[in-house]
Amino acid sequence: MQIELSSPLSSVENIIDSLKNKKGSLLPILHAIQKEVGYIAPQAIERIATKLKQTPAEIHGVISFYHQFRIAPPSDYQIQICRAEACQSRGSRQLEEHAKDLLNIDYHEMTNDKKFSLDSVYCLGNCATGPNIRVNDDLHGRISNEKFEQIIANLNSKSK
Amino acid sequence: MKIFIPRESTAISLGAHDVAQAFTDYSSQHNIDISIIRNGSRGLYWLEPMIEVETPQGRMAYGPVESADVASIIEDITNNILHEKQPAHSLALGLTENIPYLKKQTRITFARTGIIDPISLADYLALDGFKGLQKSLELSTQEIVTTIVDSGLRGRGGAAFPTGIKWQTVRDATAEQKYIVCNADEGDSGTFADKLVMECDPFMLIEGMIIAGLAVGADQGYIYLRSEYLIADEILQQAIEIAYEAGYLGNNICNSGKTFNLEVRLGAEAYICGEETALLESIEGKRGLVRFKPPLPALEGLFGKPTIVNNVLSLAAVPFIMSEGSHSYQQYGTNRSRGTLPFQLAGNVKQGGLIELPFGSSLKDLIDEFSGGTASERPIKAVQVGGPLGAYLPTNKLDIPLDYEAFSKASAVLGHGGIVVFDDSVDMLEQARFSMEFCVVESCGKCTPCRIGSTRGVEVIDRIKNDERRAENMALLNDLCDTMVDGSLCAMGSMTPIPVRSAFTDFPQDFYLTTQVNNHD
Repeated sequence: MQIELSSPLSSVENIIDSLKNKKGSLLPILHAIQKEVGYIAPQAIERIATKLKQTPAEIHGVISFYHQFRIAPPSDYQIQICRAEACQSRGSRQLEEHAKDLLNIDYHEMTNDKKFSLDSVYCLGNCATGPNIRVNDDLHGRISNEKFEQIIANLNSKSK
Repeated sequence: MKIFIPRESTAISLGAHDVAQAFTDYSSQHNIDISIIRNGSRGLYWLEPMIEVETPQGRMAYGPVESADVASIIEDITNNILHEKQPAHSLALGLTENIPYLKKQTRITFARTGIIDPISLADYLALDGFKGLQKSLELSTQEIVTTIVDSGLRGRGGAAFPTGIKWQTVRDATAEQKYIVCNADEGDSGTFADKLVMECDPFMLIEGMIIAGLAVGADQGYIYLRSEYLIADEILQQAIEIAYEAGYLGNNICNSGKTFNLEVRLGAEAYICGEETALLESIEGKRGLVRFKPPLPALEGLFGKPTIVNNVLSLAAVPFIMSEGSHSYQQYGTNRSRGTLPFQLAGNVKQGGLIELPFGSSLKDLIDEFSGGTASERPIKAVQVGGPLGAYLPTNKLDIPLDYEAFSKASAVLGHGGIVVFDDSVDMLEQARFSMEFCVVESCGKCTPCRIGSTRGVEVIDRIKNDERRAENMALLNDLCDTMVDGSLCAMGSMTPIPVRSAFTDFPQDFYLTTQVNNHD
């Protein structure tokens, strides 16, 4: 366990050191760690707390406030479906049911092979061309059930 | 052959990168010289990806384009457009400037959008860029503030507070350090105008922030950007770097000896951080909890210092006002709503997009003239204006003028100008339930009526739906709305009742009511 974590932790240290002198450095640090490692592990929380002279509880409090930050490894493909009103008016309620059926998971769950996870998001700013989804960082507009199936099939055929 | 293909996020979400690649591939396979410019979007979203080709008469557009259309479009350009003949392709739209959707608009803030390469400083300068800054550098701080006051500009984020008065307060405050914060946490459903500014004309926002800094004596700016806007982040970062290199940012702006530094800070998926005090907490590295007011952020804002917090569109309007004078902006609009508002037409419409118009025309006219009808071709049932905290308007109330005061009078919200159209398949009880559910998910938790009341709201609406003591639960829901309005610090808790109430007041049949509910307010 120690060995496995040594590499991410040293990069965590570097990230904290490079950002900690910014005013209000915590969010930039959390973003940078999550981008680099994929999530913010308990050990990373300890390091951040020590270096910023805050308590781990304070750091955890900030992490838990924001929907984006994770404390466990993510799936390969994090699928977010926009649930906001503009997408609803274009059929996102049907799309979310279809996505849950197809992947056989509910919101905030991950498939057994850890390949896909499903989450809701409230507005991706693509409101004239909904329904919208995001797969990791990529936004996809005008998503019909068929198009959703196609995206999943393409990702399934890729090995990550 | 010069082809313009947007690098804007909606266009990309619909395949603009693939289309650009198809042009590049075709060009190398057929040995045709094609230069590709990645411009912004014109905001005619139903036509995206919309590509344009440069001609002596102006740009000609095609859209919506898929990769598979590229070969036939190039043929059409080669066979017709380059021989000064009319395009014959089924996706051809003619001269972009003549597309009625664009032609009917008054584009002031969005004058350059989709025309320029967003990170080309030369493009920006060629179309009046940094003219407002140059003028401002010749003025006293009070003269800049007075120009903004006289323009009648009001906060475009939703609250519509006069921008000039906010600037005056910060200017008059005495402090070693002041800040300019741009609220780019555009989280309202149905809005994308901020995103368009940042992705298609980022120097305009940068210029507006520098002018704000000069006006109030602030040398540090932050753009608090929602992290969902990755492409806006990428483009802003590039533009900021270019602005530093060219001497528009840094320690000696345009050799004036003045300093302004600018940084983008990312949010982390929290709607509440669009509320200005929660936003400040977030930049400070804390949970995005709403602060008590007073003190006003103008006096004790970021890190306890006097701070301007302005929406992207407010700051983006500043360069035009400074360059053309307050009257050129103030002449547009109606009553106390001066200038233009970039409306965002979204949801179930055929032709969604950005529509910049002077305040004052009616909502109905806007929808009739621009939407092309519903995408589903079913009749409209409700229109939600002003984001998730705005009222749902029934079809008999669409005649309302687009003006801040007219909306307030109708217990509705003009807000950031987002317009979301729903057809008759929408169930308004479900929409009211969603408003409460959204509040459960996004409440910061500080005020009990918002944090707990929203959960109770979902439960009460479920009981109404399931016909459990329906009349009593309707009364309870109305009471709960009162409690949320009276007992919440910010708009999240105090405005969630607006869409809920509009749903049961104007669509009583969806709540199984035979008579209208008598609102307390």
